[in-house]
Amino acid sequence: MKKLLWKLFIVLALTSIIITACAQTPTQTEAPAEEPIEEPMEEGEQAEEMEEAEVPAGEDMTATTLTLGYTASLTGRLNVSSGRQDNGLQLYIQDLQDAGGFEVGNEVVTFEPLFYDDESTNERVQELYTRLATEDNADFLISPYSSGLTGAAAVIAEQYGKVMITTGAASDSTYKLGYTGVYQAYTPASRYLAGAVDHLKALDPDLTQVAFVHENDQFSTDVVTAAKDYAESLGYEVVLFEGYDSETTDFGPFINKIEAAAPQALLGGGHFQDGSTFARQLYEKGVDLAYVALLVAPPEPDFAELGEAAFGIVGPSQWEPLAEFTPESAAEAGLEWFGPTGDEFVERYVAAYDEEPSYHSAGGYVAGLILQKAIMDAGSYDPEAVKDALDAMDILTFYGRIKFDTSAESHGLQIGHSMIYIQWQRPSGELEKEVVWPPEGATAETIYPLP
Amino acid sequence: MFDILIPSLVDGLLLGFVYGIAAMGLSLIWGVMNVINLAHGPIIALGMFGIYLAFTILGLNPYLALVLVAFAGLVLGILIYYVAVNRVIDAPHLSSLLATFSVNMIIIGIGTAIFTVSPYNVDFTLGAVDIGPIRLLWTRVAAALAAVIVTGLLYLFLFRTRTGKNIRAVANNRTAAELMGIPSSRVLALSFGIGTMLAAIAGGLIATFFPFTILAGGGYELRSFVIVVLGGLGNPLGALVGGLILGSLEGIIPVFMQTSWVPVIEFVLFVFIILVRPSGLLGSRV
Repeated sequence: MKKLLWKLFIVLALTSIIITACAQTPTQTEAPAEEPIEEPMEEGEQAEEMEEAEVPAGEDMTATTLTLGYTASLTGRLNVSSGRQDNGLQLYIQDLQDAGGFEVGNEVVTFEPLFYDDESTNERVQELYTRLATEDNADFLISPYSSGLTGAAAVIAEQYGKVMITTGAASDSTYKLGYTGVYQAYTPASRYLAGAVDHLKALDPDLTQVAFVHENDQFSTDVVTAAKDYAESLGYEVVLFEGYDSETTDFGPFINKIEAAAPQALLGGGHFQDGSTFARQLYEKGVDLAYVALLVAPPEPDFAELGEAAFGIVGPSQWEPLAEFTPESAAEAGLEWFGPTGDEFVERYVAAYDEEPSYHSAGGYVAGLILQKAIMDAGSYDPEAVKDALDAMDILTFYGRIKFDTSAESHGLQIGHSMIYIQWQRPSGELEKEVVWPPEGATAETIYPLP
Repeated sequence: MFDILIPSLVDGLLLGFVYGIAAMGLSLIWGVMNVINLAHGPIIALGMFGIYLAFTILGLNPYLALVLVAFAGLVLGILIYYVAVNRVIDAPHLSSLLATFSVNMIIIGIGTAIFTVSPYNVDFTLGAVDIGPIRLLWTRVAAALAAVIVTGLLYLFLFRTRTGKNIRAVANNRTAAELMGIPSSRVLALSFGIGTMLAAIAGGLIATFFPFTILAGGGYELRSFVIVVLGGLGNPLGALVGGLILGSLEGIIPVFMQTSWVPVIEFVLFVFIILVRPSGLLGSRV
């Protein structure tokens, strides 16, 4: 019996490990299938009831509630970032409801959320977005968090003709599939680290050798592949270009390779867990690098837990509370301003959740804003009219500029928004984030080279 | 090439000691009571959080805190045994597998609710020393030393104390041990406790050099399964040897190929050992 049990375990373990290992771009951790959620969250129930009722709001005005369907990773490995994104979106909806909605023709429109927990898995996302689009008949969809989950949700949104605003999902590949109703709020992965290359060039024009070490998932691979091509186009020599598995904890072998390749700068990383582990081991091993830029992890407030290992690390961020996009800067750029200012957003978010918003939170909020603006511009919530309005959109919000690619090859790809780059510094003794790039948004000089 | 290979091998070997301790816990539980403990990974993660809390809240040195974590691991293991395992110990293996899987889900669920899946870091370092191309981190050296000490103490306990001999007797033949007056239920509970204590110690040591999440134990649990087969089911010393082999492989393989191949090679070795030497490199016994 003991042997039989071990054989069963071996077969299962071997199968799963080989499948995982052979996959060049793993996306999400698989979880055992479970019974589908029978009921949406409480807010969803309210939404379903409210959608039925159209209450006169004025002499000729009627009140209409549109449902925003989405999933959030309330459990599983994405729950922190996804939770913050969900917080941002819920805050937006609450703000809209508090403001009494917005006018579309002779209707006053508000949104209500209808959401489920996707457990951070593709399988649940596919199942739940199908439900949102069919049984629940959500009016519009917002993406889950992460490129992998959003890729799974976007197929379904397109299949059922639903307009979806994606946020928390930077991978370019979703927008290269010919979709017509999927619109990206984030700066795409292909431009995630391009600014870091520009930053490096500005800091030290004489530096020539860079290394790219990255997580082997779809998002990180997209980012570093594009950054590598860009770096090479600027004349950099890429002395090391290598991926690591998402579950990697010991970066010792990579660090030894980095030391042997002797680059002057290192760019790459992946997500929070591996990025923070990588940064700590780079510090402990005392690797001689003048510049280190890692994805995702550095902008997170918790990155400071690394202590001295966080000092000097640069990270691209979709948005920071320090970012200064204002109605005045919109006027200067000849763009239409829309939504609250950054200060107003931060103030409301802190009041609601008692923590400073991360860029995930801002991404959640701006997804709702984009949809609102599109419906207002369209003067209708007919999906085709909203798509036309999204195609024509070019606005500035507290989160930055929003403009979508309308070409057939990359329809819906974000082309207006730009990354900003933060660096962990000690302006007053404590570790704090400072914006160091682009220069027009910088709050401090870059610490370069790293000590 | 040697400039990369030798430091990577040393890094891998030092980490292998900790893998060995983690696997030893799994091996002991299997060896004594034929239970595959699927709560092993979450307990490793709890060991990590134990060190984190002791270090950040109580301000304790992580190595002193390891004593507390070990004791907590022992108590937790005994508790798990009596609550989830004792009643299914003689049932078909699937029952104990499901029982420990349930414990696994409970710990992960509670842990996620309390700690979320955010990474935590014990901001502690002992510095490093350079020996030629090798940069030795003292935290890893200390972890390896701790692993050796724990292994030595475990062997002393199992072979030199009456309770340890009782454990070995129960492992060899529970019915005969009971006929000799050995209280098998208590012995099994203690064995389960020692197994979880070893897992918690391994987690605590890992926390001194890697950031971690509540889900971080899963990878070490999987490695532990490979190691116990490699070293010999139920053989604690074999687990340490298996850990060193696995650690070395993890250090060396990425020098030559993509890390995606590490688990492939590890599990090919796993199957090879099962086919060629099913009792493992050092045989299967407690």
